[in-house]
Amino acid sequence: MSETVQVSSSEAPPHPLQEFWHYFSQNAGAVAGLVFICVIVVVAVLADVLAPHPPFEQYRDALLVPPFWQDGGSTRFLLGTDDVGRDILSRLMYGARLSLMIGAMVVTLSLAVGILLGLVAGYFRGATEAIIMRIMDVMLALPSLLLAIAIVAILGPSLFNAAIAIAIVVLPHYVRLTRAAAISEVGKDYVTASRVAGAGRMRIMFITILPNCMAPLIVQATLGFSSAILDAAALGFLGLGAQPPTPEWGSMLANALQFLQRAWWVVTFPGLSILLTVLAFNLMGDGLRDALDPKMKV
Amino acid sequence: MLQFLLKRLALVIPAFFGVTLLTFALIHLIPGDPVLLMAGERGIAPERHEELRREMGLDRPMVIQYLHYIGGVFQGDLGKSLISKKPVMEEFLTLFPATIELSLCAMIFAVTIGLPAGILAAVRRGTVFDHSVMAVSLTGYSMPIFWWGLLLILLFSVQLGWTPVSGRISALYWVDTVTGFMLIDSLLSDEAGAFTSAVRHLILPSIVLGTIPLAVIARMTRSATLEVLREDYIRTARAKGLSPMRVIGLHALRNALIPVITVIGLQVGVLLAGAILTETIFAWPGVGKWLVESIGRRDYPAVQGGILLVATVVILVNLVVDILYGVINPRIRHTR
Repeated sequence: MSETVQVSSSEAPPHPLQEFWHYFSQNAGAVAGLVFICVIVVVAVLADVLAPHPPFEQYRDALLVPPFWQDGGSTRFLLGTDDVGRDILSRLMYGARLSLMIGAMVVTLSLAVGILLGLVAGYFRGATEAIIMRIMDVMLALPSLLLAIAIVAILGPSLFNAAIAIAIVVLPHYVRLTRAAAISEVGKDYVTASRVAGAGRMRIMFITILPNCMAPLIVQATLGFSSAILDAAALGFLGLGAQPPTPEWGSMLANALQFLQRAWWVVTFPGLSILLTVLAFNLMGDGLRDALDPKMKV
Repeated sequence: MLQFLLKRLALVIPAFFGVTLLTFALIHLIPGDPVLLMAGERGIAPERHEELRREMGLDRPMVIQYLHYIGGVFQGDLGKSLISKKPVMEEFLTLFPATIELSLCAMIFAVTIGLPAGILAAVRRGTVFDHSVMAVSLTGYSMPIFWWGLLLILLFSVQLGWTPVSGRISALYWVDTVTGFMLIDSLLSDEAGAFTSAVRHLILPSIVLGTIPLAVIARMTRSATLEVLREDYIRTARAKGLSPMRVIGLHALRNALIPVITVIGLQVGVLLAGAILTETIFAWPGVGKWLVESIGRRDYPAVQGGILLVATVVILVNLVVDILYGVINPRIRHTR
């Protein structure tokens, strides 16, 4: 008797979080991505403390100083300075703050609106669903950067408007995912049980169904972070996002073309920051997908 | 098949009208009075202002204005550029071949490298080669292509001097426009060396623009091939004693390519959007650069028409891809 008890206790399923971490931690790339993101978050939060110089401070005696390991460089400016003598490392640190803020804003906005529309479409079906999904189809038919440019052209170029434009552009993905997940959940017994127990529409939609639709949404939100950062940087580069002298990574590259021959560091480091951050989010998103939802594996 | 075609067409029409609504809204939602925008810095007399408003139809109800706009669109009238005073359609058509040329070369680059890389990675699953292909494609997928372009210019144009920095052809040559495609036009011209110059100008922009499609195609080809290699008929083919080349080349590829073709088709939208960035970096005289410059110059009719035309092209290409997909894959045609 005691033996059987032991067996069943050893076979008790691990806590979902433990199980998740077990799968997630097997993916070296995903863990590397997570670590890098943590570092970036710390840098962004503590930029005021960590940055050696204020981001807008122009050192007129130190224009286009190369990084410290090159001839003429000094440890005063570790990654060198730009054409008006601003410290690049400090600007990158403050830029991390902006990029993460854009990512968070875009993901929150599009996730909130996307979940709402997707749940409504998946729960009510019929004409409501048709209208919502047709509008989403139209938005999906346009290349995202083009649509974002069109929206920015309407709203006017600024960091905030760029974030709104990107949030609108990525909305259809969240709506589609939520709707598909909601449709497959709506017919299940636990939803019927909750309805029989007298739960109202809002309760069924947001408390009963929604938690069971979250896995693909979490994955999409992580990947959404990376595309938001990338698109915001592209808009910044085109002069349609953050405006100078904002230390946003994309807009730091906007007039870098003219320094290509003289100062490679002005061009290299902002782009490298974008690439590494986007890569980290993509790696983590892939790991999350494998750990949370084996069905979504590409 | 007819039903399938009609269904797909029925999806395209609302998409097109959705885009026209967006571009129509563009003109009316921008802050400020369109007439004042047109007049520019110098301002305008009140009488002339009223006259212009009437001329542009701005005093009529929104619905009528929209119908008027749609009517114009269907006759190919997208208004005139505020800067050059030329019809927007005409400007677009002169610049569009440059964008097509660049996009085609980028796509050729992406497919010729992405497809074999993806297949090989799948066949040699778990090897160093497989891991490198996946790592490189994930990096390519995460690449800010405007920065990638700058890096390549820095290395190949500035440091090594192998390729020119910008434009479509060296200023030394004068090539008459026949088709609008520089590769063809330079061949047709009598100038020796013009063709080589055109090719050298195309290399870097094509690589930059093709990077993201390359990454997507390699990943997709790998996973599609892996999927197919697990099928029973592959085991049967192997058991029959067919050579690995034959099994992979004939049996596996045919089925693995179906999803890959869709992905390639869907990349056309990505390419046209990416062209906006690539053309800006390389001063490539195409539609993307023109669009960005028009926004900068606040040339709203050009922006409006440009976005509508690019979006229409993307919608049409997606439609063709969809139909092709149905032709290749009967399962899609008959379900639903």
